[in-house]
Amino acid sequence: MHPANSVIFFTVFSGAGFGLLFLLGFATMADENASFLFLFVHFGIAFAMAVAGLISSTFHLGHPERAWRALTQWRSSWLSREGVLAILTLLCGGAYALLWMFFFNPIAPLGWLTAVLALLTVWATGMIYAQIKAVRLWYRLLTPVCYLLFSLAGGMLLFLMLHAAFFGEAGPFLSSVAMVMLLIAWAAKWWWWRTRGDAPLSTPGTATGLGAIGKTRLLEAPHTSDNYLMKEMGFQIGRKHADKLRLLAIGLGGVAPVVLILMARAFGGDVVWLLLAVIVHLLGMLAERWLFFAEAKHAVMAFYR
Amino acid sequence: MTSLPQSTDRKLGLVIDLDICVGCHACVVACKEWNTGGYGAPLSDQDAYGDEPVGSWLNRVHTFEVTPRAEPGAKAVAPARVVHFPKSCLHCEDAPCVTVCPTGASFKRSDDGIVLVNEDWCIGCGLCAWACPYGAREMDGAEKVMKKCTLCVDRIYNENIPEEDRVPSCVRTCPAKARHFGDLADPDSDVSQMVAERGGYDLMPEQGTKPVNKYLPPRPKQDDLAEPINLAALAEPKATGFLGWLDDALTRIG
Ligand code: SF4
Ligand code: SF4
Repeated sequence: MHPANSVIFFTVFSGAGFGLLFLLGFATMADENASFLFLFVHFGIAFAMAVAGLISSTFHLGHPERAWRALTQWRSSWLSREGVLAILTLLCGGAYALLWMFFFNPIAPLGWLTAVLALLTVWATGMIYAQIKAVRLWYRLLTPVCYLLFSLAGGMLLFLMLHAAFFGEAGPFLSSVAMVMLLIAWAAKWWWWRTRGDAPLSTPGTATGLGAIGKTRLLEAPHTSDNYLMKEMGFQIGRKHADKLRLLAIGLGGVAPVVLILMARAFGGDVVWLLLAVIVHLLGMLAERWLFFAEAKHAVMAFYR
Repeated sequence: MTSLPQSTDRKLGLVIDLDICVGCHACVVACKEWNTGGYGAPLSDQDAYGDEPVGSWLNRVHTFEVTPRAEPGAKAVAPARVVHFPKSCLHCEDAPCVTVCPTGASFKRSDDGIVLVNEDWCIGCGLCAWACPYGAREMDGAEKVMKKCTLCVDRIYNENIPEEDRVPSCVRTCPAKARHFGDLADPDSDVSQMVAERGGYDLMPEQGTKPVNKYLPPRPKQDDLAEPINLAALAEPKATGFLGWLDDALTRIG
């Protein structure tokens, strides 16, 4: 499948933003008297990332001016649900943040609701892909689970970095939580890679029905140059490159942030290490997301083999 | 509304006879011609005369080679054969392209089962094209909206055209009569009869889309011949009359 930059950026940045928002939903329990600056920076970053991603996601639309129509079909469409949930999360989270910041009135249940909505939004993002049976690699419950775990791990890493920025150090507890969350997310992703079915669900034989007669192969394609289908669904990357990118994704997205967190614990000067950890993690996630699309094969290609 | 109807009163669709199709692509061109002036935005081409032409087409013909499996006990393996394979939207009963659509632009009609795109609502997100396992939807490069086979909805009910033309353009055009149009929900319709007689089948049944369009398999060839036919001998005519007498006489002398 064609890896569109706008969608890759959207899923990675909105994912991390909503992950941070999820954690902030419980912030009233930690410190009801958090300073204005603390709240402003935390909520600001969470909203900025989520909103930047959502805006970027409209760049790949043919008619972004009609994007509001995508909010209408939440009964049947995961893409629509995702849009509706994202807006509800931002509204609910916005009210929660503003009441707390400007009226010193942290409403805990509003925070919890924000947290739940943030999780549901990310789940819906994953389901957009997991619902597509024609792409066998994606068509699994594990797909949204991975989206969710990466979103939480990314949010936690951001939270850790901001904590270090405000309080000078990240602390052993939060550091350990962040490392465990990274570990769980990458373990799930590793499992997602391990359990991929390599045999395609549809073959030239089932696609044409001629398999009942014998071995079927394409003799002449219906068109002489690429068309929309080949560009969108025919995008494929060699196994060799995929292996390299997978290592890069795990290295930058998982191993490097853990090492940097450990460095922060060992040498102090936490915020610098952790800022670096956030940056390399996001880079690794971009590689992971690129691969998510580039590796996936679509059933229609059975008509071209 | 991108929820699918529980059931449709009729199931209008195509039956395509793979035994008959000669791969001339006339239906492909007729489809492009009609639909570029019919329902919705024209079907555009980009770089039409350049090095990498692309364009939106709603019907395309692939050509396959099938090598029959060796039957146990058969004297010889049948030779490979060529099958021309037209492909367009199958107007699936469980159309995944419809339910994924976030805007309601994609819908399936409950009266005749035709799957359509309302181009004024389509945001061009492309998700429906991803959801269709058959590659039956293409985004138009100029209009940036999703295009797909409409089953010539603007012909089949069109009272301004002669009655024999009230079938999809591809069906009307096919010089070999490999394409048939009708109601597949009615067991007595010509198309349903054809499907029953010839063992018409679904494409990619494993995708669970329940396509309405059916394909008729190529009829088995006389592939149990012990020896390949001597085509050269067939080309030499047996002479009769005066020429026959001459032929015999010369053969006897020679
Ligand atoms: S063939 Fe594809 S576009 Fe047509 S109804 Fe089925 S899934 Fe939808
Ligand atoms: S491209 Fe148009 S018709 Fe297809 S899913 Fe998106 S909005 Fe619906």
